[in-house]
Amino acid sequence: MNPNARVWVLHLAVIAGLYAAQFILPPYHVTNIARIMVLAVFAMGYNIAFGYTGLLSLGHALFFAAGLYGAGLAGYFLEWSALPSLLAGLMAGGVVAGVVGLLALRTAGVSFMIVTLMFAQAGYLSILYFGSLTGGDEGFVVDAARRTIAGLDLALDGYRYGLALGLFAVALVCCLWLVRSPFGRIMVAMRENQERSRMLGYNPFTIKLTALVISGLYAGAAGASYALLFGYVGASFATIQYSILPMLYVLLGGAGTVLGPLVGAAVMFYLIDYASSVTSAYLFLVGLALVLLVIFAPRGVLGAVRERWARWLP
Amino acid sequence: MAALMQALGLVRHFGGLHAVDGVDLVLEPGEIHALIGPNGAGKTTLVGLLSGRIVPDRGRVLLAGEDITRLPAHARVRRGIAYTFQITSIFPRLSVFDNVALAAQSQGGRNLASSVHGTLARVGLRGLADRTAAQLSYGHQRLLELAMGLALHPCILILDEPTQGLAAGEIDSFRALVKALVPETTVLLIEHNMDVVMDLATRITVLNFGRVLATGTPDEIRANAAVQEAYLGA
Repeated sequence: MNPNARVWVLHLAVIAGLYAAQFILPPYHVTNIARIMVLAVFAMGYNIAFGYTGLLSLGHALFFAAGLYGAGLAGYFLEWSALPSLLAGLMAGGVVAGVVGLLALRTAGVSFMIVTLMFAQAGYLSILYFGSLTGGDEGFVVDAARRTIAGLDLALDGYRYGLALGLFAVALVCCLWLVRSPFGRIMVAMRENQERSRMLGYNPFTIKLTALVISGLYAGAAGASYALLFGYVGASFATIQYSILPMLYVLLGGAGTVLGPLVGAAVMFYLIDYASSVTSAYLFLVGLALVLLVIFAPRGVLGAVRERWARWLP
Repeated sequence: MAALMQALGLVRHFGGLHAVDGVDLVLEPGEIHALIGPNGAGKTTLVGLLSGRIVPDRGRVLLAGEDITRLPAHARVRRGIAYTFQITSIFPRLSVFDNVALAAQSQGGRNLASSVHGTLARVGLRGLADRTAAQLSYGHQRLLELAMGLALHPCILILDEPTQGLAAGEIDSFRALVKALVPETTVLLIEHNMDVVMDLATRITVLNFGRVLATGTPDEIRANAAVQEAYLGA
């Protein structure tokens, strides 16, 4: 099989496998996987910024929350239906990432981490401060009437899974196409050697800003669908925890691999799920797993696979 | 003939160090202009000012009569000023193909793959496209750096000590390659190897302590007493 076809077959097979999973697995896992797919989209966005372009952001919770509140508030105040709400959330993620990027990308490295963290914290505190609009700490429940697309109730398992899979499939195909495109090559060039890239005629600022906006669109889409699929919008999704999670998913699954975010999100989700059923000190087990990973597979699961067996993995 | 590129009174100090201290330089279209001088004479700083990597304290840079002093480096590359680094600067973890493709696609050419393979063949790296750049020998990495410069199809190619670390055979093919570039491309060459300089250069500018000591044809420079004292004779 030619290398190009092999790549597409693999990724389409993963989508097909996820489609089949809903008919094979018990309902408990079907709901879990719907959640994992949405979180994986968030992590894919993080991977575009961090894994491919080398932008270590600590503020992606802000972009996720922008999507979550963008969709939730559009439904709550404007009474928009699910599909326009979803688009509103997607755009909110992209716009917020663009504005943050315009300012934060004047810095690099550790300063960039701190500036993005600062913006995310400011966003979190703003959500609490404007409690009359956002519901503050308690958040709000998305009205069932706002959670239907073409008459299909997203609160039902089958439709919920369907939308999550649809979003994931579009996100995965776009990501695969992006990182194998000429622009994807430039993103990697920025990560690998910014000064050289500049002397090949690429403006580091515009390239990194574009990558961050794409990353924000992913996070926004994930946040928006999280609100619509699980019916709750709350400030806890804007906390630092939701900036760290996508980073962990990406590191665990393999930074700079297209399927890494899915693998990372799934492994982490079930690790926490299993560990918390065994012991109340489940975070200890999760921490242990991460330490072992750093020691034995510092490039993540798929990073290790690519290094040892499959150099062609995008 | 009108100058292709012109430096007017360029000054750049680093603290107390007068790296470039009032330099005028004219690049004629189609020439190979060598920039020579002892270590620390300010050669790399001067080409840094021309390529836009370094901002001058004073002075102006003109490209075909247009003032580009405030133009950032990446925009100058788009105008056709390419720079190859003195200290090899490639993308070590990417494939050789991707390294050159990054340069070639910046020009928006149609058939990327054939243009990349063509450029690799020109510098003698045919068949190495799938290697990771870090796996190449030092000499081959220098040639890759050169290939990236060529793939930009520049109107001015600035080569900062390109033959450093090349084997004798590689230097010969490098000479032939540079000769074949003119007159479509104008070359500004920083070089310590005097055989290469005297063989290739149409004109030579000698830099010493951040100032121009002399400019002229190879014969004029060879006969210049001040140059002999500062550099050639030493």
